[in-house]
Amino acid sequence: MIRYVLRRLLTAIPTLFLIVTLSFFLLRVAPGGPFSQERGLSPEVKANLERVYQLDAPLWRQYLNYLADLLHGNFGPSYNLPDFTVADLFRVGLPVSVQLGASALILALVLGSVLGIVAALRQNRAGDYAVVALATAGSTIPTFVIAPLYQLVFALTLAWVPVAGWGGGAFINKIGPVLTLALPQIAIVARLMRGAMIEALRANHIRTARALGLGGWSVVVRHALRGALLPIISYAGPAAAALLTGSVVVETVFAIPGVGRYFVDAALNRDYTLVMGTVVVIAVFVIVFNLIVDLLYALVDPRVRYD
Amino acid sequence: MADEMPSDLDIDAAAGDAPLLELTGLDVRFDTPDGEIHAVRGIDLALNPGETLAVVGESGSGKSQTMMAAMGLLARNGRVAGSVRYRGREILGLPSRALDEIRGARIAMIFQEPMTSLDPLYTIGSQLAEPLARHKRLGARAARERAVELLALVGIPDPERRLRAYPHELSGGQRQRVMIAMALAAEPDVLIADEPTTALDVTVQAQIIELLRSLQRRFRMGIVFITHDLGLARHFADRVAVMRYGQVVEEGPASQVLSRPAHDYTRMLLASEPSGTKAPPPEDAPVVLEAQGLDVTFHIGGGWLAGPPLEIHAVDRVSLTLKRGQTIGIVGESGSGKSTLGRALIRLIDGKGDIRLFGRPVGELDAAGLRALRRQVQIVFQDPYGSLSPRMTVGEIVSEGLRVHEPELDARSRERQVIAALEDVTLDPALRNRYPHEFSGGQRQRIAIARALILKPRVLVLDEPTSALDRSVQKGIVELLRRLQREHGLSYLFISHDLSVVRALSDWIMVMRRGQLVEAGPTEDVYEAPAAAYTRELIAAAYGLSDREQAGRR
Repeated sequence: MIRYVLRRLLTAIPTLFLIVTLSFFLLRVAPGGPFSQERGLSPEVKANLERVYQLDAPLWRQYLNYLADLLHGNFGPSYNLPDFTVADLFRVGLPVSVQLGASALILALVLGSVLGIVAALRQNRAGDYAVVALATAGSTIPTFVIAPLYQLVFALTLAWVPVAGWGGGAFINKIGPVLTLALPQIAIVARLMRGAMIEALRANHIRTARALGLGGWSVVVRHALRGALLPIISYAGPAAAALLTGSVVVETVFAIPGVGRYFVDAALNRDYTLVMGTVVVIAVFVIVFNLIVDLLYALVDPRVRYD
Repeated sequence: MADEMPSDLDIDAAAGDAPLLELTGLDVRFDTPDGEIHAVRGIDLALNPGETLAVVGESGSGKSQTMMAAMGLLARNGRVAGSVRYRGREILGLPSRALDEIRGARIAMIFQEPMTSLDPLYTIGSQLAEPLARHKRLGARAARERAVELLALVGIPDPERRLRAYPHELSGGQRQRVMIAMALAAEPDVLIADEPTTALDVTVQAQIIELLRSLQRRFRMGIVFITHDLGLARHFADRVAVMRYGQVVEEGPASQVLSRPAHDYTRMLLASEPSGTKAPPPEDAPVVLEAQGLDVTFHIGGGWLAGPPLEIHAVDRVSLTLKRGQTIGIVGESGSGKSTLGRALIRLIDGKGDIRLFGRPVGELDAAGLRALRRQVQIVFQDPYGSLSPRMTVGEIVSEGLRVHEPELDARSRERQVIAALEDVTLDPALRNRYPHEFSGGQRQRIAIARALILKPRVLVLDEPTSALDRSVQKGIVELLRRLQREHGLSYLFISHDLSVVRALSDWIMVMRRGQLVEAGPTEDVYEAPAAAYTRELIAAAYGLSDREQAGRR
């Protein structure tokens, strides 16, 4: 097992290297640069800026410099937010995004699973149809509709919650963003769980358990649910990586100081180092969560062996 | 101490002389999108203490659904009417909580599929402990001790260690033993066994039947034995009920029903046991396929940091010579390498060794030459459900080979050949625009044979072509294969674990075990006087259980 984890972590190195290299050059293919949008920048000032950030060096030189910095854990300065290094931005923003994402993920897994199980046990009856309808709505209504609706109803009309803002991480400020993030995920998890449970309940060994008179709880939870967890786990891995690294829409609508906005803003502004930093962070999250998924698989299913 | 458990049910007192299990007017219907299916049509059956009742019938006769209904295990769309009494007490329609006091405790059931009937995610010990905790109220330690006893009882070696094993770490026979142990955990007095040995090799089948017999004597259980195998029913049962279309057509003592059947259907079932023999081809018949020292090794796993791969020697230096008009039967149990041998011979799997097809060494051929030769050698697979593409019509499936081997053919002449091929296997050519799911298993197997025949091959590799079929359907396929061989001068490699079909079809037989050839010779010689101990064991297992009189009749 430890050998397997080691092997996986070792193979992550070339993967990361490939991602960094590819993004680095792709980014430079895009026209423009970090300082080309600012109006009235005299050529001398621009040249000065580029010299300071070593943007005047040949591309291969810049690439090697960036790699060397990265190996030392240095993500470089942000070009558009000159008071901060990329690492600073993440140090402040990532905990915020992770908090929101983790809460949304847990909510989605718990609520989605419960709904899915209820639907599977009441297959083709009222409860099932309600869950399926909810799931369809949840995954089709976009976040940028749900979030303003939430603000309109609960903040502006009812005045139960603040419209936006982080509020230093106060619980009442988190409700809206977490719900908005979680809703589509609840829908997806509920649908996955419903299908997986229906499938699991059809298995021959469930018939065995029933024939042995083991009764509802043992059949549903001990035997069916454990098998039905596998597809949920494989979905949860990539979903976790996506949720924990922040959402552009939610963080923009609710004015949350997370890292979700950086990727888009930085890409538009050609803030090379910030884009690269975001890519690396997301890649690491994806790699780590995929590994966690595979390890959880082995934990749930004894037939899966890594050695 | 584990055995002392006060019964919290008062059924034992009420027992009297009533049958253990009594079904009266049992009726089962299923609501399906295509309308209602009336699966069981008001049948009456009774099981007495210590008795074995065999319920025999072909697939779709309703024999399994009868028992599933009695146990309250019908699928969601099933509806049941009538009466099921356990020791005089009505159990049909009991709420599931009350039913669970009887299921597993008083009436236990084992199933056909030992591979999937155990939960793959829990250890054997943990699954055995469940019914013990549920019905005997045993604590974890007591349940563990009892589980060890139960595993020993069903003949699992080293039971202490086996408790920690997962189902996938056991063989099929061992899983079925574990299944039996689970069923016996609460010491039931009725055991319903639904085709418990069908998926197992013959030698294992014989062991499981022996085990059930001895357990029955020991616990005085009544056993309902559901099977399609008449030989097994005759060997094992006291009474036999023959089912067809959801009704019992004949019932009585096993010896009477199976030797002096009163009903035509029973007679037809008995007559569909494979019979007849095959004469060897003439001495001077040309050799069509020849293999010398064929060897196949599989490598499993391995790779970077994972150590060397596991090597499995699937076929170990096997040689054979197939003449024109000859049928070689290749028999062996699962894992013996018989299918691998068949596939390696036609180069579907790469192996080492010398293969000559019509005198030409296959090893030297390039891709085009191999394709030309492939046309002469076709294969028919076991699974008539999985081996036909569900998204193609029968006509497309049958003509596909022509598109590869005779691309210049126009649509009309292709159509003509499809019709001829379907007629050859006695299928109505008007059905060629339908899809495989609209056909029965036997019809699908005919489609698969037509697909092979349309290329006018000279050699057919038949990989368990009849194993998934009912005996009466099987008989039709066997007769079809005989006729096709006569008419087209075909040579067959007939791969099967079913010794009686092999005996009926082949004139030469090869017995395989663990990749090696155990024995080979003319079929009748091998069956009458097997030289190898393993062959003797195999034949004893198959025919000891199966029809003794039939063996005498020959």
